Amino acid sequence: MAEITLRGVTKVFADRTEAVHSLDLDVPDGKLVVLVGPSGCGKTTVLRMIAGLEDLTDGTIAIGDRVVTEVPPGDRDIAMVFQNYALYPHMTVRQNMALSLKIRKLKKEEIRRRVRDAADVLHLQEFLDKRPRELSGGQRQRVAMGRAIVREPQAFLMDEPLSNLDAKLRVQMRAEILRIQRDLEVTTVYVTHDQTEAMTLGDLVVVLRKGELQQVGSPQELYERPANLFVGGFIGSPAMNVVEATVTRQDGGTFVMFAGHRLRVPPEVLDARPGLAASDKPVILGIRPEDMEDAALVSESTPDSRISVPIDLREGMGSDIFLHFSIDAPPVITEDIRELASDIGDKAIEELDEQATERRSTLVARVGPESRASVGKHCEIHVDMRRLYFFDPATGRAIGDREAAPVPAAGALAD
Amino acid sequence: MKTLEKTPTTGAPPREIPQRSAARYRVRRIAYKVVMYAILLGLTAIILLPVSWALTAALKPDLAPVFTPTPEWFPTEYWEWGNFRLVLTEVMPFLRYMINTMIIVTASILGVLISCSLVGFAFGRLRFRGSKVLFYVLIVTMLIPWQALIVPQFLLFVELGWYGTYLPLIVPSFTGVAFFIFLIRQYMRTIPRDLDDAARVDGLNTWQIFWRIILPLSTPVLTVCAVFTFLWRWNDLLGPLIYLDDGSKFTVALGLANLVTRADTPWNLTMAANLVTVIPTVLVYFFVQKKLIGGIASVGLKG
Repeated sequence: MAEITLRGVTKVFADRTEAVHSLDLDVPDGKLVVLVGPSGCGKTTVLRMIAGLEDLTDGTIAIGDRVVTEVPPGDRDIAMVFQNYALYPHMTVRQNMALSLKIRKLKKEEIRRRVRDAADVLHLQEFLDKRPRELSGGQRQRVAMGRAIVREPQAFLMDEPLSNLDAKLRVQMRAEILRIQRDLEVTTVYVTHDQTEAMTLGDLVVVLRKGELQQVGSPQELYERPANLFVGGFIGSPAMNVVEATVTRQDGGTFVMFAGHRLRVPPEVLDARPGLAASDKPVILGIRPEDMEDAALVSESTPDSRISVPIDLREGMGSDIFLHFSIDAPPVITEDIRELASDIGDKAIEELDEQATERRSTLVARVGPESRASVGKHCEIHVDMRRLYFFDPATGRAIGDREAAPVPAAGALAD
Repeated sequence: MKTLEKTPTTGAPPREIPQRSAARYRVRRIAYKVVMYAILLGLTAIILLPVSWALTAALKPDLAPVFTPTPEWFPTEYWEWGNFRLVLTEVMPFLRYMINTMIIVTASILGVLISCSLVGFAFGRLRFRGSKVLFYVLIVTMLIPWQALIVPQFLLFVELGWYGTYLPLIVPSFTGVAFFIFLIRQYMRTIPRDLDDAARVDGLNTWQIFWRIILPLSTPVLTVCAVFTFLWRWNDLLGPLIYLDDGSKFTVALGLANLVTRADTPWNLTMAANLVTVIPTVLVYFFVQKKLIGGIASVGLKG
């Protein structure tokens, strides 16, 4: 077990695309760190560089006290779980798990013991003599885990290990991976594009975008204090609503105005964000769907914390209701927002462009199941004013206490 | 509308209709099988005709006419099994020839598998400077007509003092066969790269990846290469004809040719020899047919 340290790690591919730009990262000993970001953000490249499957263009990687930048993968004392499992098709489960130990010339009894222990942990005893093609997706996934566990390595590297499983199995295996990681306390780097997976698994979550570090923090930190618009939009589901707004002082208070709506910003929010104080400042306002509620269900709602909007769509989820409504403001289109939309798919970009031409943007509120809001009618939506997010329209950075240091220094991350 | 109403979607299960259709289905299936088997049996008979004719001819005594105006086959009046003994050991030592040919075939297969799998692996899975150019050169060598190589190769092997030995028939296999290298390369390229990555993380070096991962996974294409080598070498007449001059080293193809080219061809013995030499080929096909068909299919599809 060991910590993993990346310093100035850069990867430029042969076609000159820069996949990773000068990345500093500390993976604390025994913790599970999730690298997350949209496709093409360089997260898998980072993992492959830690594994030694990809050469570094610049920088160093250390596992424990040992700099491993030039060490071949087999000698780095790491184990990796691949997206498609990469099990050896011609070998039985037992042989798959034992191969690395055999190569290391461990004693036969020792190999047998380790394989048996791993099979116990993963409930694979009855499959040991089967070949991968005879197993289901979930079982193959477990074998891939087993192949990593028997090594008793310094670190686990996992490259989207759950993405080939169906939704239900994914939740189950996610819990399994978490349990195993907690039991073994092996330093783990986990790559995913699924923010839910990142939030539920990670001790620390690292958000990457186009090869650049956006933010590192605990899941709660990323959720509550996103360093920029990209992180704000990426973390949370459904995604944070964003609108262009202005912050103004009126009637002895500070208000944030957008699309004809006016919300009073409480003093404690202002105190926490000195950057907001300037008058008539254009900002990008972020409101999470779960921070809105049907005003009829909120007792202490004041007119200054409500907006009245026509409901376009009502989606009952059982536990809550998603209310979709549009406001008279063009959608915020920055590079970050485009990137997030393109990660969802071409349709999301089209929708964004459509909204831009109509100068209307759609917001989503997640309200209580008792809400009686109905489609076509106006509804009073209460906004939790203590939980607003403000971003600088020019840079996309969060306005406020984190403005000075949007990306914490790498050294500060280690526990 | 009426028909729609008659097919009930719910309620009591209709009894008569499914039973009748099930019976009709069974009859049709049996009829289909009968016709199918009749056609297949007919085709098999056509293929077996020449073989059975050869067998009856091989069983005839020396003086019985072989080429009769209407071909003769079973039921036959002659049962000269001794012809087989004659051709295998006395008139022509075909047993010896078969052993000779086996030596050449086995060595050639070994050579092809070793050299072509290594080169194919390098071309298919390793990245190195000039690999593309080298591969194109290899492909181009396939375009050189073999007739153009006979004389220079002969001179080369005579120079080496290999004339009259099996070496000119065996050693070229160890230096690779362009077509097989091409086949193996194409096949190996279809094996997922992640397996190499997994193997490297597991601590395997390039040689171990080849030996423990890629080679076992390439058995279909290797089978194809081995069987083709077997067929080519077993049936090869020209090579042995050029390089072998000692009767005790002859191969079956050479032996057969020698039987026929005599002025007075003993057709009964020739047919017996023919049948005997076919046996190994049939056996090989019998044992590897599943792998071979699968191998050719996968090589074709994936390549």
